[in-house]
Amino acid sequence: MMHTTTSQQVQRESWDGDTAASGRLLQPGLDVTHGQILYLDDISVSFDGFRALNRLSLSIAVGELRCIIGPNGAGKTTMMDVITGKTRADSGSAFFGQTINLAQHSEAEIAQLGIGRKFQKPTVFEAMTVQENLELALAGPRSVWASLRARLTGQQRDRIDELLTLIRLGEQRARLAGLLSHGQKQWLEIGMLLAQEPQLLLLDEPVAGMTDAETEKTAELLLTLKGRHSLMVVEHDMDFIASIAGKVTVLAEGAVLAEGSLQQVQADERVIEVYLGR
Amino acid sequence: MQSALSLRLAQRIGPLPLKLAGAAALAVLLAMPALHLWTDPASSLHVSAYTLTLVGKILCYAIVALAMDLVWGYTGLLSLGHGLFFALGGYGMGMYLMRAIGHDGNYQSDLPDFMVFLDWKTLPWFWQGSEHLAWALCLAVGVPGLLALVFGWLAFRSRIKGVYFSIMTQALTYAAMLLFFRNETGFGGNNGFTDFKRILGYGIAEPATRATLFLLTVLLLVAALAAGFWLVHSKFGRILTAIRDAESRLMFCGYNPLYYKLFIWVASAMLCGLAGALYVPQVGIINPGEMSPANSIEIAIWVAVGGRGSLIGPVLGAGFINAAKSWFTVAFPEYWLFFLGGLFIATTLFLPRGLLGLLRRHKENA
Ligand SMILES: Nc1ncnc2c1ncn2[C@@H]1O[C@H](COP(=O)(O)OP(=O)(O)OP(=O)(O)O)[C@@H](O)[C@H]1O
Ligand SMILES: [Mg+2]
Repeated sequence: MMHTTTSQQVQRESWDGDTAASGRLLQPGLDVTHGQILYLDDISVSFDGFRALNRLSLSIAVGELRCIIGPNGAGKTTMMDVITGKTRADSGSAFFGQTINLAQHSEAEIAQLGIGRKFQKPTVFEAMTVQENLELALAGPRSVWASLRARLTGQQRDRIDELLTLIRLGEQRARLAGLLSHGQKQWLEIGMLLAQEPQLLLLDEPVAGMTDAETEKTAELLLTLKGRHSLMVVEHDMDFIASIAGKVTVLAEGAVLAEGSLQQVQADERVIEVYLGR
Repeated sequence: MQSALSLRLAQRIGPLPLKLAGAAALAVLLAMPALHLWTDPASSLHVSAYTLTLVGKILCYAIVALAMDLVWGYTGLLSLGHGLFFALGGYGMGMYLMRAIGHDGNYQSDLPDFMVFLDWKTLPWFWQGSEHLAWALCLAVGVPGLLALVFGWLAFRSRIKGVYFSIMTQALTYAAMLLFFRNETGFGGNNGFTDFKRILGYGIAEPATRATLFLLTVLLLVAALAAGFWLVHSKFGRILTAIRDAESRLMFCGYNPLYYKLFIWVASAMLCGLAGALYVPQVGIINPGEMSPANSIEIAIWVAVGGRGSLIGPVLGAGFINAAKSWFTVAFPEYWLFFLGGLFIATTLFLPRGLLGLLRRHKENA
């Protein structure tokens, strides 16, 4: 049996100097010999008897950009909650790579292992500046002791500048995050995700509340990330999906209803039914 | 969100006039023990023992308020049990002061009077070593720290938050008060400890002793402010405010809030213990009343009125309210609680950033 990567190992490795420059596809130690980075197998979650996830199975390939669509209440956010440790599955299993059983790790450990998450409602640290938000998210040691002695290195400064350019918030770096527009907060949160250098990014409705121009820029950004990271994007905006999607998974009533290209799933009878019927 | 922003504004270092006022206040505080010792009691510059004790006592409260603000204003954990840590520190020091009475008690025994009264023949095990001031100080800091560690570990690990956390801290101090009221607990029951005679061989009421204790209190306050300043401006301090404003975001960034909360919670309790240890020799008494739930609530009011989420605010709040209290309890004792309640409501409604916010707003408008 293979041993599970410990969080300390990952922590030390992600602190390596040369990894700070940009995101990497693979963290040393993560076993993806079968080309898949995430496996969800037969996952069920109930809230007071209501089945939010119903024997859901899904896997994401390394470097893939997967879109998840589905009507309200389909269980998309709940699925992300299970992956990131916020909600525990009643049954079934979730693996990161071949060997890491996500059910055995806390939220913070899962984040350190290399899974980053953007919330459905944009969540940033409002009382801090844009730059300080990125500083906190930056990959590195997470212990109390380290936080007491932390000093930004030149390399980290460069990384922050790079991220600020990428998320188009360079001019706003000294502003309090609470004063940003909705779309800018979405970007800041995406920037914070990237600062963590995760291998797998989960984005829950990243373009909600964005203007068309902002949405377009976000699509561009995600396409540049594809390949370097693996991404799972939940969205309702079909135009946005069309502009980024390779493979689309449709969730309904807590299970996978259809999977394929956007055209394929849009032509699927059952998909049309859940979106239009009832 | 609005409150997170205004807290942030309040956290910035004060403008120049505020710094000058701080320096002036420090100069006055440092001059007070000298004026007590070396001026003629008839002179108008003389600082009486009463005044020195009163101000020394308020400074101890200010340290507690600062400790409270680190967990409440910065980290968002409203403790309604901080009076317990303060009282435990006081009891630690009180044990030494009781032992230092020696044979000069009413019963002229080796044992403290209350033990003779209970007909105890030997010291309980937990009193061993309390004749040494150094050990008593270890207890005064260590016991609140240990209690906070155990309580915090259990509460934070179970992710108890908000009002549930506040109620648990309130219950904790109440339970401790009931325990300390019992004679069998071994801390003098409802009378607590009093009638101290000396500390390290010096008479407890000697002017030089008073002046020294006062000076130590000023130094502790300054040191606590400096340490607090360093702490809240470090990355650690930013993580504390992140816990306050968006704890789940922080967790998904890979931080485990448990250890951060535990660190500041225990540090705060230990600081309260130290303040309590300086308080008892100055006021000359410690009893379970210090653990009453109302005392802990009052600490929260000092912080709210002074301005939470800043370092100076709680110090101002503790100073202002306690100065007002000592005036009221002489002039109109029956109206004090109405005044305090009214003040708290008025601050909550009109001054979310407390007195400090008022001072700063005045500056910003000018
Ligand atoms: N903590 C919870 N307690 C009870 N029910 C919950 C909880 N979280 C989610 N649910 C329910 O589970 C179902 C799935 O919710 P989920 O948020 O995963 O849907 P979603 O697909 O993300 O929908 P949307 O597109 O509206 O964001 C919903 O019916 C929701 O009401
Ligand atoms: Mg959702």
